[in-house]
Amino acid sequence: MLEINNLHAKIEDKDILKGINLNVKAGEVHAIMGPNGSGKSTLASVIAGREDYEVSEGNILLNNEDLEDLAPEERAHKGVFLSFQYPVEIPGVTVTNFIKTAINESRKANGHEELPAKEMLQKIREKAELLDIDRKFLSRSLNEGFSGGEKKRNEIFQMAMLEPKLSILDETDSGLDIDALKVVANGVNKLKSQDNAVVLITHYQRLLEYIVPDYVHVLHDGKIVKSGGKELALELEAKGYDWLK
Amino acid sequence: MELKEKLVASFLAFENKVSVDTDTNVHDIRSNAFDHFEQHGFPSKKDEEWKYTSLKSILKYDYNVFPEAETAIEFATVKKYFLHEIDSYKIVFIDGVYSSFLSETSHEGYDICLLSAALKQPKYKPVVDHFFNTIAGKDNSITSLNTAFSKEGAYINIPKGTVVPKPIQIVHFSTGNEAELLLQPRNLIVVGENSHVQIIERHQSLSSNVVLTNSVTEIFANKKAIVDYYKIQNDEKSASLIDSTYVQQQQHSHVSVNTFSFGGNLTRNNLEFFQEGEHIDSTLNGITIIGDKQLVDNHTLVMHKHPNCESHELYKGIYFDKSTGVFNGKVIVEKEAQKTNAFQQNNNILIDDGATINAKPQLEIFADDVKCSHGCTIGQLDSDALFYMRSRGIPKREANGLLLYAFANDALEKIKIPELKTRITKLIAKKLGVDLGFDL
Repeated sequence: MLEINNLHAKIEDKDILKGINLNVKAGEVHAIMGPNGSGKSTLASVIAGREDYEVSEGNILLNNEDLEDLAPEERAHKGVFLSFQYPVEIPGVTVTNFIKTAINESRKANGHEELPAKEMLQKIREKAELLDIDRKFLSRSLNEGFSGGEKKRNEIFQMAMLEPKLSILDETDSGLDIDALKVVANGVNKLKSQDNAVVLITHYQRLLEYIVPDYVHVLHDGKIVKSGGKELALELEAKGYDWLK
Repeated sequence: MELKEKLVASFLAFENKVSVDTDTNVHDIRSNAFDHFEQHGFPSKKDEEWKYTSLKSILKYDYNVFPEAETAIEFATVKKYFLHEIDSYKIVFIDGVYSSFLSETSHEGYDICLLSAALKQPKYKPVVDHFFNTIAGKDNSITSLNTAFSKEGAYINIPKGTVVPKPIQIVHFSTGNEAELLLQPRNLIVVGENSHVQIIERHQSLSSNVVLTNSVTEIFANKKAIVDYYKIQNDEKSASLIDSTYVQQQQHSHVSVNTFSFGGNLTRNNLEFFQEGEHIDSTLNGITIIGDKQLVDNHTLVMHKHPNCESHELYKGIYFDKSTGVFNGKVIVEKEAQKTNAFQQNNNILIDDGATINAKPQLEIFADDVKCSHGCTIGQLDSDALFYMRSRGIPKREANGLLLYAFANDALEKIKIPELKTRITKLIAKKLGVDLGFDL
């Protein structure tokens, strides 16, 4: 599904990613771990198409299609979803209206009619329930005044609504207490299928107790320095990152 | 002949024509105002209050000062300029002349009618003598010009304890019958103790001919009165507006003036609040969205003269192309005015490189036990927010629009007439060039 070959990326002449190779197949969960500043969030942003970064070498393929010339929205239309570490507040636009707009823009781009209001409503209800989200929450302005946990839950709610092929969850566990973490993890697990893939970006292995990865990769100084199974995460937790440098 | 000379020369002829107010002191007021204007003329950029706004380009025309021709307009052709979704009183003028056909006035329980009628009839004399031109800026030559020449506008007098059940719309149309037209409407609004009124004001040109409107409004809010005033400025690019609105409030009154500036060539809003009692609440809201070479200048003043009063000021501006914005917000807290809460906020977004904003918050505080704050920001669209929305599949253009809408939103929230709020929201969406994809 996702194939990253020798990816180099920089921002304002500062090299951040220095040759990433990654292959994620449908149905798989990959975790990317690493210390602060290793390039985890940059990798997430580059896959999602953030224009501040310049890809200087290598490529990213989604289902064999090169993403290079695609704008962030076009990548979203093709099934890429990025859950933000710091979701942005948008006053005056409710959660419901925002997600409606997002869904219908994707449908439009893929040559479908807008989703009928009734179906939209039903879907919203269903997914809100999955993530234990109160109906009142949906008519609040997007992320405005939300707690850290509410913001993250709302990100996964949007993921549930958009049904992406590839979900990249950037530090989704940060700022969550254990109960919220369980709800979010449970949501992600329920959305997982043989047709989609998840990339978890995290600093700690805590999240991986609830969303069990098939593969764990360690990112250091812009390169994947070690890959392994889920046991690698435990090893990292015990030994820290220093032994890999 | 320059515009000033032309106006001076025509004043005598005008006075003879409006011999209507000879039996009140209005005649003296006019003469004094005329003298003031003759002495000072139009302000120039040398004047501190006009440093960023030059009138030169709009004073060069050979304006017709006394349009006479009465023009009929079918309601259907101008319906869209009214808030027609709800029932309302209407005071409508076409090229400065009252249109009884389009208007719906009232004398039952309150007076919602014409200033010309109020100036003519003896029964209104006590109110006119008591209020007319008592708070309008006497050292402002543009207001003096209006005072000297104005003969028509809205006269609204609401006696005490009265809630006017529907909004009042004051609409000025210019038809383009004159190649270049100068309009000088004058409104006098007196709201009695415990009374409540909502007013919507609009100036609309129906052609691409040049129009300059020099409008003056005086609003008097008695004890515990509530006045909500909305100004919709979405005129043609050949139309300019100088609006001067003066508000005097008595104790426990609440007055809000909301100014939506989305169009026109040059728009200058002078808005001045004078608090004359305790526990007064004054609200000033503005949203400006302009492009091309348009200019909107919001000059506000809040005079806190008594203790325990509040003022809330929020102006948002979005500037495209080579447009120019000016914000000058003066708040004066006099020595007597202890326990004042005065808040002022002015946020601006410059979209294009050629856009300019001149922002000047001006707080003069002479009391020591007050809470005053002001914030002024000038920025561009938040690139994090933009990426966030695009990553969810919302195209750049729509994402821009949503973000700008979100930026203006808190000033929109203050609109108390739901249908008006919907209208303004739609105007904003249109102005931002986006279909927001849902009913806001």
